Amino acid sequence: MGLSKREVLHVAHLGRIHLADDEVEKFADQLSTIVDYVNQLSELDTEGVEPLAHALPIHNVLRPDEPRPGLSTDQALGGAPDAADGFFRVPRVIDDGSSA
Amino acid sequence: MSAPDLITTIGMEVHLHLATRTKMFCPCEVRYDAPPNSCVCPVCLGMPGVLPVMNGRAVELAVRMAIGLGCTIPAFAKWDRKHYYYPDLPKNYQISEYDEPLGLGGHLDVELDGETFRVGITRVHLEEDAGKLMHAEDGSNVSVVDLNRTGTPLLEVVSEPDIQSAAQARAYGEALRQLAVYLGVGHCNMQLGQMRFEPNISLKIGDGPDGSGGQPRYTPITEIKNLNSFRSVERACAFEIARHRDEFAADPAGYTLENQGKSTRGWNDDRGVSFLMRSKEEAHDYRYFPEPDLVPFVPAPEWVDKIRADMPETPSQKRYKLVTTYRLSPYEVDVLVSDPDLSDFSEEVLRNAQDSSTAAGLIMTEGLRFVNERDKPISKLFKPGDVAAVSDMIFSGEISRSVAPHVFVQLVETGKSAADIVRDENLAQTSDEGELERVVDEVIRENPGPAQDFAEGKDKAVGRLIGMAKQKTGGKANPNVVREILIRKLRG
Amino acid sequence: MAILDQTACQMRDALRRRDLTAADAAEASLAAIERLDPTVAAFVATDACAVRRRAAEIDARLDAGGPVGLLAGVPVAVKDNMCTADGLPTSCGSRILDGWRAPYNAHVVERLLAADAVIVGKTNMDEFAMGSSTEHSCFGPTHNPWDTATVPGGSSGGSAAAVAARMVPLALGSDTGGSIRQPGSLCGVVGMKPTYGRVSRYGLVAFASSLDQIGPLARTVGDAALLLQAVAGHDARDSTSVNEPVPDYLAVLDEPVAPLRIGVPKEFFTEGLDPEVERLVREAIGVYERLGAKLVEIDLPHATDYAIATYYIVAPSEASSNLARYDGVHYGYRAPEHADMIDMYMRSRSEGFGDEVKRRIMLGTFALSSGYYDAYYKKALRVRRLVRRDFDEAFEKVDCIMGPTSATPAFPLGERLENPLAMYLSDLFTVGANMAAIAGISIPCGFTGAGLPVGLQILTGVFTEDRLLRISRMYERQTDWTSRRPAICEASA
Repeated sequence: MGLSKREVLHVAHLGRIHLADDEVEKFADQLSTIVDYVNQLSELDTEGVEPLAHALPIHNVLRPDEPRPGLSTDQALGGAPDAADGFFRVPRVIDDGSSA
Repeated sequence: MSAPDLITTIGMEVHLHLATRTKMFCPCEVRYDAPPNSCVCPVCLGMPGVLPVMNGRAVELAVRMAIGLGCTIPAFAKWDRKHYYYPDLPKNYQISEYDEPLGLGGHLDVELDGETFRVGITRVHLEEDAGKLMHAEDGSNVSVVDLNRTGTPLLEVVSEPDIQSAAQARAYGEALRQLAVYLGVGHCNMQLGQMRFEPNISLKIGDGPDGSGGQPRYTPITEIKNLNSFRSVERACAFEIARHRDEFAADPAGYTLENQGKSTRGWNDDRGVSFLMRSKEEAHDYRYFPEPDLVPFVPAPEWVDKIRADMPETPSQKRYKLVTTYRLSPYEVDVLVSDPDLSDFSEEVLRNAQDSSTAAGLIMTEGLRFVNERDKPISKLFKPGDVAAVSDMIFSGEISRSVAPHVFVQLVETGKSAADIVRDENLAQTSDEGELERVVDEVIRENPGPAQDFAEGKDKAVGRLIGMAKQKTGGKANPNVVREILIRKLRG
Repeated sequence: MAILDQTACQMRDALRRRDLTAADAAEASLAAIERLDPTVAAFVATDACAVRRRAAEIDARLDAGGPVGLLAGVPVAVKDNMCTADGLPTSCGSRILDGWRAPYNAHVVERLLAADAVIVGKTNMDEFAMGSSTEHSCFGPTHNPWDTATVPGGSSGGSAAAVAARMVPLALGSDTGGSIRQPGSLCGVVGMKPTYGRVSRYGLVAFASSLDQIGPLARTVGDAALLLQAVAGHDARDSTSVNEPVPDYLAVLDEPVAPLRIGVPKEFFTEGLDPEVERLVREAIGVYERLGAKLVEIDLPHATDYAIATYYIVAPSEASSNLARYDGVHYGYRAPEHADMIDMYMRSRSEGFGDEVKRRIMLGTFALSSGYYDAYYKKALRVRRLVRRDFDEAFEKVDCIMGPTSATPAFPLGERLENPLAMYLSDLFTVGANMAAIAGISIPCGFTGAGLPVGLQILTGVFTEDRLLRISRMYERQTDWTSRRPAICEASA
């Protein structure tokens, strides 16, 4: 199985990448080849195998609750494409409640 | 066939800021009064290559709250990333606990109008707050972002859909706040946005009087986002319940969870209406996966036991104590446990006062007046010993209840002890029989009518006579002694 | 001997003896860059003034006889995905970070500065470390110093080429699926991926967080040990950094490991393996045999093809998340033309990222998306455990595993650009170590008839870098490959 153009457009949108029409086809082909290759994993019986999310068995790395100075506002905004009056500026957002 | 019963079911997601000094994953100070983008560092700004590190205090407070809600603390909790693009979320993912949170399966008992109802707690988990996005005030087509709040430790408490009315929704929110404040988990200052509510509302469609019979059906779930006051929780729930009823009445076949799924709504508090934000079709694909930059949290059983052992008293424990030990009424208890400072103070007063009822009454009327006027906790205004002393002086008749307001003013203004104030201002009631007999004789002479009435058995007249006696002594005549003298003289 | 023909260890000793000044070392390095880099294109940023200032300052301290750090006065290059606070940009070979200046140093950069190294510049790389040829860079490709028509490997191709062309004796790279070892092999230098957690990732611009690890590129095993010594160790800012003592690698370097059992997995000697590469690698293993090592044939059934398949789910998934932050809001590139907020995101990212990065973002987004998570991402994590088990079982029987680092020597520029899968298979023998978090190294083991270097890969268990270096050194002492210089160095030296 591969990725349809529709699926490519869907994941591109989820990943906020704009694709030109001719790119959609190119990426659909390339991604399909790769997905076909990774599909060989389905040959493997992984029943009962615990997923390995963390490579090393480290846990409980905690930090003391002690404040430390961060960046100045100028440093924080220094690399921003658009900033003024201490704020980052972006095109006007209509609140769709995405914020958690 | 009559219309089926509709039973309200509400589940609540409550977010609250933990009472930590620093953010969840970086050592930036949590502040609410700072200029925009001044409490930030590369980590909370989501700059390239920087890494999160868990705030140990936040984890401890979250576990404390989970224990306070009767949750089990799983042996393994892990962090996940939740992805969505929004300018107030610099990494465009939020670090949260998705499928292995640090608290599972508890409950909260909530009092409302003298009745107790139980709300199941599905889960308690930690996450990081987002920043703030505002529209620019210069009228331009621009939004502005302040990331001071980004990364503030946020506790989410998710309830079962056990809440059955708008009033219960509010009471649940208030009870949760009270618990968090008692346990020192959060300050829960609503004005500062330290607590936010998201009720999920649906009506169970019954076809019998108890809503039972057949497969349960529901009206479509609506989630109301970001309510930040108890009043708006109650109003929004009431509005939504009514709206569901109307929608269902108009289309009983179509307006069901099966057909319409879940939608997200906002609440316009000024207009008192909810509005659609997005429906299921536009639902996000959050693409959760385990956060590789953070290691799991595996609490040692001894560590959890220690938190359990060191738990501050919960409101229900305090309530139980006040009711059983001091025999206070449910109303008195409600008032006195509403806030941990007040309840600790009250308990201290009650422990030292001879009469609980007198003492509780003093705290609730005289004490709370100053708390409200000065906007200060009661423990910063009075000493429990002074309030107990005033209570005892009233109970023993040494002073009149009517001088209590004056004594309380003096306690706040002068810092003198209650005993000194009563002595210095000569506020003690006169119980000296010789002096009072002389006064009573005068009163009888000057008020022959009422005296006659009382002599003839009209008890009501005694009030007037006692009042006259107090007037003549500048309020210091002990009314009980005066009454005894009157009885002896007029009825003896 | 010319300054830059010395190893880092020799330079360090000469600097301490004051037979060499940091200024001269820095000048030699700057001159080599000026002479060779127009051809090689290993560096994306240097700041000659800052380098001279820094060298003078270190000379002053060396002259005064005060205490100095481990690398006092030694020129070092840093891959451009490690944040540098003062002066040098950090752009990861990406237009989306073009011109961005980090307001903080990566942990490894702090450690280099504390060791009194002279950071000469930032080296080229595949954009966000995604690639095996250093062709996917907004700055253009780096060329292999041994044959400038071929690639240096990648993604740390700039660092590997800079060391191979003797512009610097030491460079830091990062290895997510082979990005230190494979360019090390293709450029004929030593490239080491330490155990995951050995070196802090703080300030390393993330590609795949559960796999990324910083390590040294150097001409000799001893130099690699020296650089690892300088940067290894615990860092409280990286929760995955391990709080284990760092051994004195140099002190034990020349102690051979005996007895030595070498695992030779048949999966590493497959059909696609270039015959010349196979011959040279087998000869190298033969050198160990003559030193008394015992060869053991082992099975790593999941460590090659399945590991690659797993890798191309896990790494893009993490990358799709890690790279979500490049959105034109808080720093970096913003598309000038946009209709609204979402359009601004999409155009900024579309214009800011190259095709390989887009492919991986889409692939990872796909693997994590609703309906595919279990079949792809979760499945991959299960197979990742099987890969780990393969290695755990192998290391019960052997002390190390040997095989080729790369199936081929350096390939021509452009050859694999239009075929992403062929490029991905460049990492066939290296990704297993990243999946399993273990230590691995590539050391030069000869040259093909065409004069291209070939690398021997050696793998050992977690936190056994000392043993890995000792094993590597055993071979290095028997051979002379490290003294060969690319022709471009001869021509103008």
